[in-house]
Amino acid sequence: MVYLDHAATTPMLPEAVQAMTAQLAVTGNASSLHAAGRRARRTVEEARESLAASLGARPSEVVFTAGGTEADNLAVKGLYWARRDAEPSRTRVLASPVEHHAVLDAVEWLAEHEGARVEWLPVDAYGRVHPDALREAITTDPSDVALVTVMWANNEIGTVQPVAELASVAREFDIPMHSDAVQAFGQLEVDFAASGLAAMTVSGHKIGGPYGIGALLLGREYAPVPVLHGGGQERHVRSGTLDTPAIAAFAAAGRHAVAHREEFVREIGALRDELITAVRAAAPDAVLGGDPDPAGRLPANAHFSFPGCEGDSLLLLLDAQGIECSTGSACTAGVAQPSHVLLATGMTPDLARGTLRFSLGHTSTKEDVAALAEAIGPVVERARSAGLS
Amino acid sequence: MTDAPRRLRVLAAMSGGVDSAVAAARAAEAGHDVTGVHLALSENPKSFRTGARGCCTIEDSHDARRAADVIGIPFYVWDLAERFREDVVDDFVAEYEAGRTPNPCLRCNEKIKFAALLDKALALGFDAVCTGHYATVVTREDGTRELHRASDMAKDQSYVLGVLDERQLAHAMFPLGDTLTTKAEIREEAARRGLFVAKKPDSHDICFIADGDTQGFLAKRLGRAEGDIVDESGTKLGTHEGAYGYTIGQRKGLRIGTPAPDGKPRYVLDISPVDNTVTVGPAASLDVTALTAIRPRWCGTAPTAGPRPYTAQLRAHGEETEVTAETTKDGLAVTFAEPVRGVAPGQAIVLYDGTRVVGSATIASTTRATAGV
Repeated sequence: MVYLDHAATTPMLPEAVQAMTAQLAVTGNASSLHAAGRRARRTVEEARESLAASLGARPSEVVFTAGGTEADNLAVKGLYWARRDAEPSRTRVLASPVEHHAVLDAVEWLAEHEGARVEWLPVDAYGRVHPDALREAITTDPSDVALVTVMWANNEIGTVQPVAELASVAREFDIPMHSDAVQAFGQLEVDFAASGLAAMTVSGHKIGGPYGIGALLLGREYAPVPVLHGGGQERHVRSGTLDTPAIAAFAAAGRHAVAHREEFVREIGALRDELITAVRAAAPDAVLGGDPDPAGRLPANAHFSFPGCEGDSLLLLLDAQGIECSTGSACTAGVAQPSHVLLATGMTPDLARGTLRFSLGHTSTKEDVAALAEAIGPVVERARSAGLS
Repeated sequence: MTDAPRRLRVLAAMSGGVDSAVAAARAAEAGHDVTGVHLALSENPKSFRTGARGCCTIEDSHDARRAADVIGIPFYVWDLAERFREDVVDDFVAEYEAGRTPNPCLRCNEKIKFAALLDKALALGFDAVCTGHYATVVTREDGTRELHRASDMAKDQSYVLGVLDERQLAHAMFPLGDTLTTKAEIREEAARRGLFVAKKPDSHDICFIADGDTQGFLAKRLGRAEGDIVDESGTKLGTHEGAYGYTIGQRKGLRIGTPAPDGKPRYVLDISPVDNTVTVGPAASLDVTALTAIRPRWCGTAPTAGPRPYTAQLRAHGEETEVTAETTKDGLAVTFAEPVRGVAPGQAIVLYDGTRVVGSATIASTTRATAGV
């Protein structure tokens, strides 16, 4: 099996499996006062300190959640509610149109149910938001902006955003900025303090940790209105019994990701470049999505549009040969829709339907790329003959 | 197709129901390389099932995916909603608007499952499309195919497949066609295979009208158009809210105040969209002795000229009736051995030679036993 879908999820690292299984056998609620509780709390807090160190944050800035989607919802909705509660005029939300659905749909929900006025920031052909564009959007009326949210790196086309520059613009106007760094963590240098962000989302299973665990990195001066109410864990921002095994494993994966990042990026970047060269050789009219400059895209990401092909057809044909990748776009009722990310970059809907995302990871090999190189030419040809339905 | 000598690449259309799930499972068990596909046919698939079961809900798609996972085959959802709307739904509405009574299932098989879907499947390298229909494909010695009724006549669905031509038939696979099992046994088989759809209710009626209210569906699409209900002499008996809401042979829901002079029930005899009139009359006036049909589709070569005896079926669950049919310039001329009732333009007539499907055509006009309409 050739697994080229690490951006969807990547195999758990052995040290994460070990950290998790060790904790699964032990009892203890980190909120309990007795010895079992104290032991669990120690594990959680050590993990918090470790994850904070991996991300350039203070331990108190780590709010554990049940994954990236929850962290995104907490940041977007919670910050919006808090800002609007403090100043009712602050209902404008500035968001990039290339966000993951966890942010995109949360923002749209605020517009539909909470009176938010959403302004989609303009992006260039690579899906990048320019700091000037953010400044322009804010300056139309800095007093009515609730928050800014722009992802660190795009999950489909891999484009890296100038997050620190954007955050610096937002800070000038005292506007909190959130960034979904789920894809960036492990591939880019992600330093929360240096970024100037108010809030940042990370997820466990994208870096070799377990599913169902994530965190919102949250500046200490921010108190978003909770989405989940209950026992008051995690600064009263996110209630719920702490998942000690997952948290320990997440921290272990985070340590690995940071310790091996430079070497990982070097190797995976070279492999990715090889993949791009191979696909282009086999399918010369393939259009590379995102920034062609390796410095401007995630090192493990390659994204192509194949004119005249249906993404689903390409996927089916590769799958039949044991090559697993993704169209990169979200599904509505299982029906593939042209990606909102690609449409935002100005791609035509027809071209946007014929896309494939190949994402590499820590188990990827030269053989994987070679297998794809051999298969992709005939697959594109065949998918093209099936056309767009 | 269990007699297939070679391993085929098969695309199994999976509605989310029990029949298509068992069909896909049997195809896989027979050694074929099977991929499941659910057709998204509704342009508004966001709702989970409400009321009667449709075949285009998210829940059906999930059920189909779950079945594919259990069988252990890849599964995809293909969006054919636009084609379905154009070729099936819009046609359905237009036919009713023209005073005819269409069968959208035949239309779907002809235009979607064994056209849009089949063409795409073939282009992608598949050899056949597999469905859960109860019908049998027989391969002749020369390699050509014949479509026959299912082994179990009670479950036979060859009628809705009567529109398939030789090429379509060459790539069709119906793994349920040769079973002499009851529906309960198919459900048992599904349960034995771990398919959770085993207990799912049967689909019925028209998939894109989930609540079963065809009249309401048509009214929404065509609007209200009040007109007269008249008897065979042209005397006005009442008013209707849209002639499209009536089907020839319909008895219920006529809402005519005055009873018939002879006190017997009255039936819809004719629908005239031109003057928006519905004609009603006694049952005897429904008797049809002959009909003409257009748009013939032959399962193989067309019959040679001249009248020939066949049996015919006029609706999905209708009985067989003996006819003499001959090809004409426009299609088909059919004479019934005994008068039949409830024959409406727009319906498909499927001709059989024994169990073999000869072909089908769309009824264009009928000849009544009694004068009048």
